[in-house]
Amino acid sequence: MSSRLELTGISKTFQKGTLNEKVALDNITFTANPGDFVTVLGSNGAGKSTLFNAVLGIFLTDKGRILLDGEDITFKKQHKRAGGIGCLFQNPLRGTAPNMTIEENLALAYHRHSSYSFFAVNRRDADYFKEVLSTLGMGLENRLKTKMGVLSGGQRQAASLLMATVARPKLLLLDEHTASLDPATAEKVLAITKQIVEREKITTLMITHDMSYALNAGNRTIAMDGGRIVFDISGERREAMTPDDLIKAFRENSVNSLDDRTVLTKKPL
Amino acid sequence: MTLLSMLVSACMQGMIYAPMALGVYIAFGILNTPDLTIDGSLVFGMTVCAYVTIAGHPVLALFAGMAAGAAAGLVTGLLQTKLKINAILSGILTMTGLYTINYMVLGGQSNRYLQSGTTASNTVFKMFSRTVNDIFGENAVGDINLLPLILSATVTAAAIAILAVFFKTRLGLQIRATGDNEDMVRSSSINADFTRILGIMTANALVALSGALLCQQQKYADLNCGMGMLVVGLASVIIGQVLFGKRGITVGLISAVAGSLFYRIVLQVAYKIDMPSFTVKLLSAIIVVAALSMPVIKNKVTELNGRRARASSGNEGSGGNEQ
Repeated sequence: MSSRLELTGISKTFQKGTLNEKVALDNITFTANPGDFVTVLGSNGAGKSTLFNAVLGIFLTDKGRILLDGEDITFKKQHKRAGGIGCLFQNPLRGTAPNMTIEENLALAYHRHSSYSFFAVNRRDADYFKEVLSTLGMGLENRLKTKMGVLSGGQRQAASLLMATVARPKLLLLDEHTASLDPATAEKVLAITKQIVEREKITTLMITHDMSYALNAGNRTIAMDGGRIVFDISGERREAMTPDDLIKAFRENSVNSLDDRTVLTKKPL
Repeated sequence: MTLLSMLVSACMQGMIYAPMALGVYIAFGILNTPDLTIDGSLVFGMTVCAYVTIAGHPVLALFAGMAAGAAAGLVTGLLQTKLKINAILSGILTMTGLYTINYMVLGGQSNRYLQSGTTASNTVFKMFSRTVNDIFGENAVGDINLLPLILSATVTAAAIAILAVFFKTRLGLQIRATGDNEDMVRSSSINADFTRILGIMTANALVALSGALLCQQQKYADLNCGMGMLVVGLASVIIGQVLFGKRGITVGLISAVAGSLFYRIVLQVAYKIDMPSFTVKLLSAIIVVAALSMPVIKNKVTELNGRRARASSGNEGSGGNEQ
């Protein structure tokens, strides 16, 4: 199922021609190979989320091409791309519908693959949902009829993760999806993320501010600064790195040094 | 009027306005959108229904009325989604524009009786009572005419059944999700503009159905019938929620109808105690304000009780911002 994401010469400037002109993406060329799990670093305003939004089609880019699985999606509408792209944001409330049940939420995410039935929720899909929910180890498989709104933030984020991946997307974009969770829950959600990505072999990009997560998860790490990708490491060089090395590499490569808003934690692996 | 005939009349009114309550529930409850098109689409349903009824097609007239309402909803939906105009303003714009359209549909007058020349036009209510008379004999209908109530109740029941099923299908689920978390829907493969427009169209089609039924029941169409209808619909939905609580979609639909019935019964009682008819609008507004302010009042009461309890036990200091 894994796919290649190719960005060639992507640029985006916001509020062009005004005093507030901001070059958010500056001629980015980047290829994520099939099955790559890329962690994305960068201080606030470096263009990480903007890059994700460009891929998601929230705005059209000024220049460049975006290819997913060989298909040019540069000018495709947001909802037309979304079938192939799963995404998850920092806010756990964003990915789920609170007044609908867990089952209905999953049915919604799964609608392109669901069994043929008149009603959106059916027995066969429910069995499948139970199976995937049980992999979370949160007991949600017994609460299919529970409204999403009563779950905790961590549970909702885990459920959102499942919703983003249940339809087997070509690409998974994770925008600091563990940032608003407590450390223990964040660890758990990250572990589930790795497990799902490995099992489904989804090409994944994950934004994080946590250096140990950046090295611990995935097979490749890129850092962004001022709308550019400033370094891209993988393989043995990455294996040998410690979070400290990563911070050093980042400092050396970035124009804007890390500002105080950037949260950098050095946790033992 | 006997008590029973009053009750029947109130229920019939309630049932005629029930589709409107369903529409308001869909717009405000499910789609979470303040849609002010409603005052206009009710009249649009009414005038189009009048036009088609006078032309001699009473059943088709109901569907034509619904289609008119759906068209009004389509305009509001397009304003909201494609032109990104604020939801409340979109509704007001459509409603305002509709006044002219309605005036034109009525042939350049502000009200019109359902008759062509001097013969009264046929309506679904007449057709129904004729059918019943044919089957059960001329005197089947007693002193109190239950037939209009039965007919409008049947239409409402059918509407509830269709909607309850629809909101469990994939498309229905998508519309509900759009109201529940539009951000989520926008980042999924669902076209949120489409589901939003479809939801608003459904809501306004139902509102227009009420207008069409009302038109045939009272045998005339009037441009000023729509004023304040949104508040009436909201009152019904809120009363229904007080009666049944906030639960699933099907219960929500049923409770909106129950709210509509209850509202009309309250009005009938108000008439009975000789409140003049012009007080109706104020009464409706007060009912809605009372129902909406319920949570705040409840909070204040518990807070006050808690404060009093603490004051009597001599515990001061923490919390409370007395002035």
